[in-house]
Amino acid sequence: MSFLQARLRSPEQFAAMQQKLRLRRESNERYVAICGDTGCAAWGSKNIRAVFQEKLDNLGVKEIAIRFTGCLGLCEYGPIVVVFPGEIFYQRVKEDDVEEILRETFLKGKVIQRLLYEDPLSDKKYVRASEIPFYRGQKRLLLGKHWKIDPVRIEDYLAIGGYSAAVEAFSGLDREQIIEEVKKSRLRGRGGAGFPAGLKWQECYETPADKKYIICNADEGDPGAFMDRSILEGNPHSILEGLLVGGYAVGAEEGLIYVRAEYPTAVEKLKLAISQAEELGLLGDNILDTGFHFKVSLSIGAGAFVCGETSALVASVEGRVGEPRQKPPHLAENGLWGKPTVINNAETLANVPLIFRLGSEGYGRIGTENSRGTKIFSLVGKVNNTGLVEVPLGMTLREIIFDIGGGIKEGKKFKAVQTGGPSGGCLPESLLDLPTDYEDLNASGSMMGSGGMIVMDEDTCMVDVARYFLRFLKDESCGKCFSCREGIGRMLELIDDICEGTGSPGHLEFLQEVARAVKDSTMCGLGQTSVNPVLSTIRYFEDEYRAHIEESRCPAGVCKDLIRFEIDKELCNGCGACLKSCPAEAIEGERKKPHGILDWKCTRCGICLETCAQGAVLKK
Amino acid sequence: MINFTLNGLDVAVEKGFTLLEAAKFYGIELPTLCYNEALSPYGACRLCLVEVGIPGRSRLVSSCTYPAGEGLYVRTHSNRVIETRKLLIEMYLATCPGSKTIQDLASKYHVTRVRFKQKHEECILCGLCIRMCREQMQAKAIGFVERGGFRRISTPFEKKSEECRLCGGCMYICPACQARCQGPQEKSAVCNACLNLSPPCLERFDEMMCYMDPCVACEQNSRGEKSER
Amino acid sequence: MSAKGHCLCGEIQELTRDFNGSIIGVLHNIQEKYGYLPENILREVAKETGFSLIDVYSVATFYKAFKLEPKGKHVVCVCTGTACHVRGSDKAVEELSRMLGVDPGDTTSDGQYSLETVNCLGACALAPLVVVDDHYQAQVTPAKVRKMFQEYAANSSEANLPAGR
Repeated sequence: MSFLQARLRSPEQFAAMQQKLRLRRESNERYVAICGDTGCAAWGSKNIRAVFQEKLDNLGVKEIAIRFTGCLGLCEYGPIVVVFPGEIFYQRVKEDDVEEILRETFLKGKVIQRLLYEDPLSDKKYVRASEIPFYRGQKRLLLGKHWKIDPVRIEDYLAIGGYSAAVEAFSGLDREQIIEEVKKSRLRGRGGAGFPAGLKWQECYETPADKKYIICNADEGDPGAFMDRSILEGNPHSILEGLLVGGYAVGAEEGLIYVRAEYPTAVEKLKLAISQAEELGLLGDNILDTGFHFKVSLSIGAGAFVCGETSALVASVEGRVGEPRQKPPHLAENGLWGKPTVINNAETLANVPLIFRLGSEGYGRIGTENSRGTKIFSLVGKVNNTGLVEVPLGMTLREIIFDIGGGIKEGKKFKAVQTGGPSGGCLPESLLDLPTDYEDLNASGSMMGSGGMIVMDEDTCMVDVARYFLRFLKDESCGKCFSCREGIGRMLELIDDICEGTGSPGHLEFLQEVARAVKDSTMCGLGQTSVNPVLSTIRYFEDEYRAHIEESRCPAGVCKDLIRFEIDKELCNGCGACLKSCPAEAIEGERKKPHGILDWKCTRCGICLETCAQGAVLKK
Repeated sequence: MINFTLNGLDVAVEKGFTLLEAAKFYGIELPTLCYNEALSPYGACRLCLVEVGIPGRSRLVSSCTYPAGEGLYVRTHSNRVIETRKLLIEMYLATCPGSKTIQDLASKYHVTRVRFKQKHEECILCGLCIRMCREQMQAKAIGFVERGGFRRISTPFEKKSEECRLCGGCMYICPACQARCQGPQEKSAVCNACLNLSPPCLERFDEMMCYMDPCVACEQNSRGEKSER
Repeated sequence: MSAKGHCLCGEIQELTRDFNGSIIGVLHNIQEKYGYLPENILREVAKETGFSLIDVYSVATFYKAFKLEPKGKHVVCVCTGTACHVRGSDKAVEELSRMLGVDPGDTTSDGQYSLETVNCLGACALAPLVVVDDHYQAQVTPAKVRKMFQEYAANSSEANLPAGR
């Protein structure tokens, strides 16, 4: 730690210190990376770290470091522990396994077979993380750093070349050069609409003003998406570095990170990262004596999806109700406190240092013509390898879901994948070969969004999914525009009818008419895209809607008013388990004799189906 | 001056004009529910929509909040605007049928049916009362509370406000308060008494317009033939 | 002066210490200290910061993180993110709602439990997920919710167990 105590005074001092850290890092590569992200933490990884620390202390071993890292990707198999050198990947590690890992793997160099990842499709076991199909198919430019870094230690980030892009920018490059470089890389916004980041910076740069702001949008509100959180928690310094470069380029001396209150760990890690960077003199007044001043502060959100919209975000930072406003005037002219402001998504900013490391041309070689670089998706839902994946833009959905994601859980049939959060749409099997780039996803009626990718199988009802998103949006709309507030409510009313089996054939056409009007007449992105879940499910799953309307049947067996539970008299052995567990007291029958369900009392909770060991409860 | 195209005409307005003000200045009437000249524009009712941009790359915006910009191509009565506006009026009727202002709008824009489930609400959350209270009366006694589908207008903590001076400005300006005429079927969504009003002769157009408002039945349709009406 | 009669000046000053023109930070401070936003404190804070009371109330009701009523002793939180939804979180909500006898967002009359839903906790691998206080229960089903909850109510001291699979 000794070289970290002094404030750095020049780019040369910075380079010298970084070189020292790098050399020290290379000579000391024995460490264990324990995933500390929410998923693994919930599986108990905090206790595993404590046990590791305790055992190491007891043994008096000092040269093995513990890195409690950000998300390592394969959340489904948490807690994840990776042993370096060798990148030996252990999954579902328990506290009792720790001693064995230390004794066998670290001291004797042996691999513990039972803790290895076993591929659900081929039953093959893998030792090294990068050999596992889940990781092999990815291009982990951002996420790959996670297992090299303990987010609470700035020296880890510096040792792998951190902050060198920022130092290079404000000690040697013109503002125009930086903007040109980012424009050439064709980096596009990772938060949703995909606006070119370089152009955004240029607009702000070209607006004359005495004060400007740059904001990092880390208000990741899409349900089922946690890419930004993983970067904030796993590598907070990369965001600070991106802000530094962006702030310097547009001429802002103040940066803000708008982060959700629901992410307390991220807030904590960011606060620590900011104070560490300030101590080193990488943030604050006259950074490295180059004459550039830059401060970063945090602004904590308070739970409103609509604040992901840039003008609502500004309102929220200013302490007002998060209502979007009409643009123009754009934020580059009139943003936070009336000053020119540029807002970039957290993942976009994390990409900025990469552009400088790889060069805009090197970066531009990744991805497709119009969508360059990599994108992190949170692959969740009914997929085997739930977790975070980072792939070059343009990879097909099939490759992501089947090659990386390992296919559908329990061998069921793929039905749809929902991308883009509540503003996106559901894409069917026929579109599995669609490349994930901005234009193709938009044309299909969905969108890139922030990168949520929710996989659905045959047991998911698409009408119910549309209903789910409308309910979400009804609560999350700010309520200003009549068309959005009332329109979403009215669409929900129509879909409720369909789910309850009271829809008429005219419902479907009318629903589409309302959706088009809402899309056209609402001011902000939330309202305009709120209809995407509805329109895309109608477009690709019209048959399912028709089954609800015309046959009063929910093919997936989800819509409660259209299903019914029955007990098969042949299979029931009268054990009484269902009778005891039924919360509605809707089951009757004598012991050892077949039971029956009272339909009028049944609430369709499905507990009996889950309880019955004989498989005698049937859903119809 | 800002030069732009309004319904096919080259027009010029002072800098700072909104599209609604520009349209008014050139004699084009646009329906509004949340707009008042004396208050700051809000853009909540969405009725003053206009189409901005060349066909194929256009979007609808609320003209009351959109600044007139150099070179804009604006249409106030295009097919897309009218279709959307009519559906919005239908939705207003389904929500708040007791308001005379909304019933008058419906007959003026020839909305004669309501396909939604009928609700009977008393407020359309246009926010005129809030802005009246805040900007003209300087009282700040009422405001929006909660959000989305649960948004409503209230005093702090739902209690009698200490700031309220009972001036009545909020009631004066409310577009939903004035009760509609009580026709034979007062519970119906569309006020039947007004159905005999004839629709405007030229409801939709891209690049031409009728300056006569209210419509005086010019007796000619767009092709210049004698109207059957 | 508060309803109880003693001066709140010191507390209000503490709560508004980092006031920078935005009331949201102050509301976070209040919520952290009291667990909710008490009316008398909001009234004092409005005076102190120069905001009109209605603006403070609008902001307090707009954002979901702020509560105007005290929460129960234990908070039962069901994640209803999309991943949790497609794996059946709404059934867990219904079951908990029936067991506690309250709607989501409400607190039991004895002040013991608050039932809440949250849009996404970002732990989608654990879907559907229920969090009781800080105890994660992963991949729940209605039957599992019942069992877990009864056990938890009987012995709420074991809050640091890892999530069961």
